[in-house]
Amino acid sequence: MHATQWAFRPKSIAVLGSVLGLAAFWSAIPPFTARSPLVPILIGVLAIAAGLWAVTRGTRRLGWGAIASGVIGLGLGLLATRSSSANLHVVFAADLIAQVFVFATPLTFGALGGMVSERSGVVNVGLEGMMLMGAFWGVYGADKGGSWVVGILVALAAGGLFALVHAYWSIHLRANQIVSGMAINFLALGVTGYFFEQLYGNKNIPSGVSTVPNVALPGIDHVKYLGAAIGNLNLLIWVGILFVPLSYFVLFKTPIGLRVRACGEHPRAADTVGINVYAVRYAAVLVSGMLAALGGAFLSIGFGGGSFTENMTEGRGFIALAAMIFGNWRPFGAWGAALLFGFSTALAFRLPVYSSSAATLFQTLPYVLTLIAVAGVIGRSVPPKADGQPYAKQ
Amino acid sequence: MSSQAEPTANVPPEQEPTPDFVVRLGAAQRAGGLVVPVLTAVLAFLAGGIVVAATGHNPWTAYKGIWDGAGFNWLFHIPWDTNTVHLDAFNLSQTLLTMTTLILVGLAVAFPFRCGLFNIGGQGQYLVGLFVANWIGVSFAGWPTLPHVLLGIGAAALAGAVWAGIAGFLKATTGAHEVISTIMLNWIAIWGGQYLFGQGGPLQNTYNPAAPESGTVVQSARIPVFWGNPVLQGLDYGFFVALVALVVFWLILNRTTLGYEVRAVGFNPEAAAYGGINVKTKYIQAMAISGVFAGLAGALDMLGYLFQFGVLDVQASQIGFLGIAVALLGRNTAIGTGIAAFLFGGLLYGTTRGLNPNVFDPSLAGNLTSMIQGLIVLFVGADIFILYIWNARRKLKLRRRAEMAAT
Repeated sequence: MHATQWAFRPKSIAVLGSVLGLAAFWSAIPPFTARSPLVPILIGVLAIAAGLWAVTRGTRRLGWGAIASGVIGLGLGLLATRSSSANLHVVFAADLIAQVFVFATPLTFGALGGMVSERSGVVNVGLEGMMLMGAFWGVYGADKGGSWVVGILVALAAGGLFALVHAYWSIHLRANQIVSGMAINFLALGVTGYFFEQLYGNKNIPSGVSTVPNVALPGIDHVKYLGAAIGNLNLLIWVGILFVPLSYFVLFKTPIGLRVRACGEHPRAADTVGINVYAVRYAAVLVSGMLAALGGAFLSIGFGGGSFTENMTEGRGFIALAAMIFGNWRPFGAWGAALLFGFSTALAFRLPVYSSSAATLFQTLPYVLTLIAVAGVIGRSVPPKADGQPYAKQ
Repeated sequence: MSSQAEPTANVPPEQEPTPDFVVRLGAAQRAGGLVVPVLTAVLAFLAGGIVVAATGHNPWTAYKGIWDGAGFNWLFHIPWDTNTVHLDAFNLSQTLLTMTTLILVGLAVAFPFRCGLFNIGGQGQYLVGLFVANWIGVSFAGWPTLPHVLLGIGAAALAGAVWAGIAGFLKATTGAHEVISTIMLNWIAIWGGQYLFGQGGPLQNTYNPAAPESGTVVQSARIPVFWGNPVLQGLDYGFFVALVALVVFWLILNRTTLGYEVRAVGFNPEAAAYGGINVKTKYIQAMAISGVFAGLAGALDMLGYLFQFGVLDVQASQIGFLGIAVALLGRNTAIGTGIAAFLFGGLLYGTTRGLNPNVFDPSLAGNLTSMIQGLIVLFVGADIFILYIWNARRKLKLRRRAEMAAT
């Protein structure tokens, strides 16, 4: 396929449309701050046109996405041109980008974890619990071991341990995977809360716990805007971003990934060609728990600066699940959804400048979007075929 | 693994669908009866006790403290012993108050389970019922009590039905998995509640704009108390509503066409469809009925003893999720749900406000409840495992008896 052909595929145009929709909004906020309503209208209409073109050529999901992006970008952009420029600078300071990454990172880890598990055919609604385990045992390890590296290792072990319980229940005992996942969530809430009280009493984690360092990008960290946005992000944020292409490569470009996906689509067929379905599923669930635990560790010893509170994850595991579904069980899709949800959370924290009640309502956005996505209004989210079905060897 | 199958091996037969959890639950019930739930609970409490002992506390005193805190002592009191009877009676009334909620959120999980649906959205449906009950309870001041309370309860039940019905509707029309949609609806309700009661929200109180809490339910909308002091959160008549709900649940499932059809869909949706049952309608109806139960729980809590709810309460509320453990432990039957709700009601109250802090730290005990809850759900999920242990024991006994007969 020629480069020009590739660029004019409906899919590419639809992606371009989505980006344009974002740009329509972007043009009206800092650092550009276009004050004329014409600018976002023009760019937004272009985005909608690109989306319509793609839809008429059969790329429905991405096309509708571009149209939605254009409409929303146009609307928000128009609102922004009418808002006072001072307020805009409060809400859309450069560190909003940094905050989006902060909020998106636990979701990214969780969503990638959920994806690995579900691609192998094991539904994992226990992400929340595994994340919580990572958060508490991560900070415990960093506190007692004296180093954040120990903390990360302990978090991985704790998340992995609960993942193995879920795996044993789902794979060997052939229990209902949703029941087992919910049990993991309750159990993690109890275990982390109990040991937090037992080990730290009513005191907080002592200050000065070793935490995951930030990465100062030389050359960028002092550039205006860009520096504040990405110049000084936590190491785990970069690791999370790195895991996106990595998991794409492993899942879709290597024999290992092919095996994992085969177990999730048709385990009987995978078994007949010599794949050990049980082993693959165990490994996938283990990796899933470890990834979720990394997301939890980010909360406690990454961005959290060495702290813990009971039920620290506060449903982030469920948003991660939503991001995975919204991203259609694909790495970049899940990451995109995590960024979108992270953006909506980061924005909700700043919107009280305008209205505090509207800011709260804004927090429901990820869940409403996911509900729309599973209902299949804009292209259906389709899980792996054997997702959630126990497999019995013969 | 031995799947390096030689080409001459038989073509593997078409994959048999592994028996669904609901089907297996039915089978386990016939096989194990009471054994599985009792064994499950015992195992969970045992494991919890081991954790307590391993962390340097005395599990016996801890469990005794929880027992006392739940007010179960009252049941064994000699009537003329007035030493501690007041505290015990109060604790028991609080346990029954918690049980009221748990029965209803348990039924909200149990009913759709019998239709083959897993309702994780009990918390959201409960909250929606609570919000609506608060709205009705705060407005319409000056109405007589009976119509006011009935309006509040009815509206909350309807709201719960609509909230759960969304998931049922999506399942029926688009095939969206009810687990995912009910999880999403939970979080929409949780954030929605923070919006409603938060600063500038439509249901925020009118007397203190700085406090993110609801208004207080007026006197005429409060359900009267029949045991204990109404000012000190006595037990209200809502308790009997929950008991009636248990009977209604049983009647619907076992004595109506709807119940028959719901159970038929639960056993095998394809066979039910073949037999002329409209499976999609059953999905919507089962979810809506489940929502009625959960919404009712919210209404009874709000009009029975809460009267007010704040943003922080919305964030902290977890009781709807306990419905999952209650229903699973109660094997999705009316009697089982009632007993499990009593057990969990005692556990929940006995580990929190009822617990004497000098006996066992309530902040530890509260988490012990979550742990036991998790273990119970985990063990119920492994019904096969539990039955396997039980049957192995029985087989051993039979073999021994056979050997003895032989000698």
